[in-house]
Amino acid sequence: MAQAQIPVSGEYPIGQEQHPAPWKWYDYFTFNVDHKVIGIQYLVFSFVFYLIGGLMAVVMRTELYTPDADLLDPNLYNALLTNHGTIMIFGWVVPAAIGGFGNFLVPLMIGARDMAFPRLNALAFWMLPPAGLLLLGSFLFGGAQSGWTAYPPLSLITANTAQSMWCLSIILAGTSSILGSVNFIVTMVKMRVPSMPWDKMPLFCWAMLATSILALLSTPVLAVGLILLLFDINFGTSFFKPDAGGNVIIYQHLFWFYSHPAVYLMILPIFGIMSEVIPVHSRKPIFGYKAIVGSSLVICMVGLFVWVHHMFTSGTPPWMRMFFTVSTLIVAVPTGVKIFSWMATLWGGKIRYTSAMLFALGLLIMFVIGGLSGVTLGTAPVDVHMHDTYYVVAHFHYVLFGGSVFGLYAGIYHWFPKMTGRMLNERLGKIHFVLTLIGANLTFLPMHILGTQGMPRRVAMYDPQFTQINQICTIGAFVLAFSVIPFLVNVIWSWRWGEKAGDNPWRALTLEWTTASPPIIENWHHLPVVTHGPYDYGRAGQGKAAVTTSGS
Amino acid sequence: MTTAPTPELLPTGAGVADDHAHHDYRVFGLLTFLVSESLMFGALFAVFLVFRGEFPQWPPEDTEVELLLPAINTLILVSSSFVIHYGDVAIKKGNVAGLRKWYALTALMGAIFLAGQVYEYATLGYGLTTNVFANCFYVMTGFHGLHVLVGIVLILGVLWRSRIPGHYTAQKHVGVAMAEIYWHFVDIIWVMLFVLIYILAVVN
Repeated sequence: MAQAQIPVSGEYPIGQEQHPAPWKWYDYFTFNVDHKVIGIQYLVFSFVFYLIGGLMAVVMRTELYTPDADLLDPNLYNALLTNHGTIMIFGWVVPAAIGGFGNFLVPLMIGARDMAFPRLNALAFWMLPPAGLLLLGSFLFGGAQSGWTAYPPLSLITANTAQSMWCLSIILAGTSSILGSVNFIVTMVKMRVPSMPWDKMPLFCWAMLATSILALLSTPVLAVGLILLLFDINFGTSFFKPDAGGNVIIYQHLFWFYSHPAVYLMILPIFGIMSEVIPVHSRKPIFGYKAIVGSSLVICMVGLFVWVHHMFTSGTPPWMRMFFTVSTLIVAVPTGVKIFSWMATLWGGKIRYTSAMLFALGLLIMFVIGGLSGVTLGTAPVDVHMHDTYYVVAHFHYVLFGGSVFGLYAGIYHWFPKMTGRMLNERLGKIHFVLTLIGANLTFLPMHILGTQGMPRRVAMYDPQFTQINQICTIGAFVLAFSVIPFLVNVIWSWRWGEKAGDNPWRALTLEWTTASPPIIENWHHLPVVTHGPYDYGRAGQGKAAVTTSGS
Repeated sequence: MTTAPTPELLPTGAGVADDHAHHDYRVFGLLTFLVSESLMFGALFAVFLVFRGEFPQWPPEDTEVELLLPAINTLILVSSSFVIHYGDVAIKKGNVAGLRKWYALTALMGAIFLAGQVYEYATLGYGLTTNVFANCFYVMTGFHGLHVLVGIVLILGVLWRSRIPGHYTAQKHVGVAMAEIYWHFVDIIWVMLFVLIYILAVVN
């Protein structure tokens, strides 16, 4: 094997040497290779899909206001629930957290001028719009109706064309995710500024490293499951057809080997955002830097071995239930380490209740609720009773909405000034936070009760005894839908007319705040020199940028 | 947007060390990507082994595999891994003609392998949909065949670029190295497939 890695001098991240001027609005609609443009492309794209997926949820909740199926055809309801889940995962949280914040922040935080492979980066982003169009287009053929899990045999017998489009869409999104992970890993391993050793790397980057390793290892397994499913639907094979010797359980294993780690793909970057937002806004060094790094890596490793807890009712043998119950409870420990580290960081800090901080605190509360219901569900004896009830729906909305979405909002409020050079309006931000917190709890808290009383998930019609609680959930969903309005107004207005942010409005110490807002192309004129840790608030050098020269 | 000043451009002369210089991380990137690819094949192997454990007879009757042709094919593919390495050795000495000779031979051997595969498909007497073993057989070997095809395309790409004098030199030949690494990977996967599908069928 050739060792031919010699420095190629004079070579910019590809394509940028022709682009010395700041980007224009239309550059954001092209095959641009600047990591900051790609990050914003991911964020805006995914927010559009968040609105689409949210609209689907509102339509479903409206249907559930009454026990009968009086608004939607039940098949359409099935298509909506399938695509709501798929879009929120593959169209919103994953691209926003990993693609959006990851791309924008990682090179800036480690003092690199771009990602290691800028063109590959752009390619990975541009796989997503076709994937999204495939999903939306599948509604012309009835829409995939077998849930976001697409278990056979249901996925083999309903809406074949739409299901195939769904599979292709996920394979595209998965490929994009693998290419992105390769890029992140190479960037962080090879391109940190020389003055940044591993133990000075910001925690968001550590979280992204763990996320990338996890995506790299798990996504290909899902791709295999979906390829085999495609063959079963379209080419007459019988991998998952029991009557012809196939085995449906194999699909479930392939699916959950990816899709449980997918939960960590959606929350690890958010944990990273938390570890950045909390110390800055409480003016204290992060508590337990090494413990947080370690817990990210432990989650990454143990998270690969818990997937069967989704399959406790799939005829799983007792030894397997035992093993995966234990591993599931173990994986809760590193998450607890993070929660306690953040609380200890807050303790005695000079807390500023900015919108970013409010969402971070909201996450802390919501995620603990979701985490606890997760521990109950991870225990096989409880899960057998709760499986496929609304308790599960309540649980994963607490971790994914109360966790991931709150975290994404916190990140947007925190880094919007860096991305656009303008501050978001704090008053609108607080209105947004209060509405979101009320809406989320009104929608998802009563679902615990529905679940324990036995209401199954994924149904358009339900027993009339559940009507009242369902109506509370529906009202909550409307509050949530309404809560987006102040946010949208805020973002659109502030992007243009918001107060000028300056380089470092939060007086933060990580490297992205040492350049201009928005950062110049190639990020800095002269690379920054790291003189102290990323969270040394209240220590020497506090409030000063960690560099000798600024980018502006 | 602020009016950011123009980042100063590097002088085009070689050997200028500046923090704008971008090292070549493609080999590391490819290796990272191949980890992901391995998991993909690993998942297919796992599916195959689970089915093998479930069936009383594997491969089931009427879908037996033939051994001679795939054995010859294995020999060709494994030897091609040595052949391609001679190309790498050649370019390290700056010998572009040698590189072209060995890489062309590798591509030819890959093509013979694929032709053998197609011939095997045509003469086996059962198709993709016959039974679960046939499903696995065709999907796994077909998926691997696709990777061989990609490998051949990469090698042809190297050959195409090597026409340009000075494109590959003793110091600068990352593309050559990447094609070789990918080819070794495809080769290793084939050896595993050969053991799983053919050898284990005979051992049964």
